[in-house]
Amino acid sequence: MNALKQLKPGWGLLPVAIFLALWELVARLNIIPGDIIFPAFSTVLQEFYHLTVNGVLGKNLLSSLIRILVGFGAGSIAGSTIGIIMGWKDTINRALHPIISLFYPIPTLGWLPLLMLWIGIDESLPITLIFISSFFPVLYNTVTGIKNVDQRYILAARTLGAPDMKILTTVVLPLALPNIFTGLRLTAGMAWRVIIAAEMVAIPTGIGALMMRAQSLIRMDIIIVCLIVLAVMCLSFEKFLAYMETRMTARWRQRAFN
Amino acid sequence: MPLIELSNISKHICREINLQVINREFLVLLGPSGAGKTTLLNIIAGLTDYTGSVLFDSIPVDKVAAAKRGVGYLFQSLLLFPHLDVTANIAYGLTAQKQSPDVITPRVEELLRMMKIRHLAARFPEHLSGGEKQRVALARALAPSPKVLLLDEPLSSLDRQTAKYLRTELKQLHRKLGITTIYVTHDLQEAEEMGDRIAVIENGKIEQVAPMAEVFFFPKNEKVSDFIGAPNILTCEHCTSLGNGVVEASCSDMRIVLPHVGNSVQRIAIFPRDIYISQTKPPGPELNRYKGTVTGINSAYDAVRLWVKVGKKKLLAEIPHHIFEDMDLSVGDEVFLILKLRRIKAYQGNNSKL
Repeated sequence: MNALKQLKPGWGLLPVAIFLALWELVARLNIIPGDIIFPAFSTVLQEFYHLTVNGVLGKNLLSSLIRILVGFGAGSIAGSTIGIIMGWKDTINRALHPIISLFYPIPTLGWLPLLMLWIGIDESLPITLIFISSFFPVLYNTVTGIKNVDQRYILAARTLGAPDMKILTTVVLPLALPNIFTGLRLTAGMAWRVIIAAEMVAIPTGIGALMMRAQSLIRMDIIIVCLIVLAVMCLSFEKFLAYMETRMTARWRQRAFN
Repeated sequence: MPLIELSNISKHICREINLQVINREFLVLLGPSGAGKTTLLNIIAGLTDYTGSVLFDSIPVDKVAAAKRGVGYLFQSLLLFPHLDVTANIAYGLTAQKQSPDVITPRVEELLRMMKIRHLAARFPEHLSGGEKQRVALARALAPSPKVLLLDEPLSSLDRQTAKYLRTELKQLHRKLGITTIYVTHDLQEAEEMGDRIAVIENGKIEQVAPMAEVFFFPKNEKVSDFIGAPNILTCEHCTSLGNGVVEASCSDMRIVLPHVGNSVQRIAIFPRDIYISQTKPPGPELNRYKGTVTGINSAYDAVRLWVKVGKKKLLAEIPHHIFEDMDLSVGDEVFLILKLRRIKAYQGNNSKL
């Protein structure tokens, strides 16, 4: 285990390279018959190049990305704001908690039929879905994060003469950050899953829609390109949020990160 | 005039507590775990609700929020803010009170120097040792210049050596700053070293408030006596100096030799654990050795307690279980008692130090 940990970072790509080589080999040897059903990695790579050059991939990715950023941004801001209020003010928590508990377990895509009728099939539909998928987990994790802050820190700040708002902003929120970021990271991956589903079902643009069109044309290579792009985007989102969390908390949480 | 006055305070285990703390005094609140010591500090700091009244300088502060009471509180677990470095931790109270940087910077600098932690200014609590954290927490509590300092078992998590060193420093700091201080501990030795006066609290009730010597030699009741280790208190009639800081005192028909400066000894105290028991006559000079009869045996969880009658006086001695089993003692047996010379404590009257 220690020996594995000591491997240089570049060695982490080795399993990926082996996987790609095996994929290429299986396709070329025609073990799974038909290039259409199981295209080689090199074919996928070629298609990736074509889709990039002709702008199809970029255009659809941009559509999905904008929806994600708007929906995820709005959902996270709303979720964390209401979460902070609920975590800090017990009376508000008691009032809102039953409602949140009722809505939180509903799968995001369960809202789709209702939203299609309420707001129609346009740009605001996937954004609203992503908003819902981001709002509840971020809210839940923010409330938990604030509630989990050791109350004695609040007492300590109080004896030092700090008013409530100062305690909230300088003690409680920084200490709740790790939990809030957990919510954001969970939501980031979720947002991509939701957008793909929404685009597949109802929206004519975006990565999901591109996959649906590829499926109707039996273009496995395009579907695989889209899946790879999705994986990379999900991973990038999560890595970015993990990086932000590290930047904001690592100085005082070094031991936890080592 | 008392600076802090508690009048009929009740909360949880604390019942009808009345206590006065004199201005600039270092009062030690001594009691076992769960006696209500921390509850009492929280009441003074305004961190919990209560019935009764707390007065600072004869003015009730019951309706004054914790943030405005002017109390510095050093918590048992220190509670340094983990996301702030040492400087920001110390400055926290001052920034909370919206002091200007012109005030904050020199004050923090002064405290860093006073607590000898200037080299730690940029470190985070995670990277400090126990003793260093202690100093930072104390500096943070002192930064807003509180009228009252509450210390809740602040040294309990430190090793003996560091704790002893910091106790000395705390006392020096108290002398220098003159802040009225209440220091909570369950450790008798710590109380002895630190307090101008000791308030013994047990089961939510203040049993006795007095200088340590008085608590020790004149325990108000059995609870206080038991808590301080149930010492055998002997009243002395005569005292003769043997020179070189050694005296011989006649106490309750026993002649006891003990280290003591001066010719007067009114009372002496010997802890049960500081009395050896032997079934055979111990060799050596007849010094602090007595023959007695076992009159009672009580097996406690940590040791066996023996009541031994020596002349007219009954002494309480304590021996470990395994030694008691080897000795196979029973009531009526004759035994020899040997007093540990250096552990005998003497009281010579008013202003006596232990």
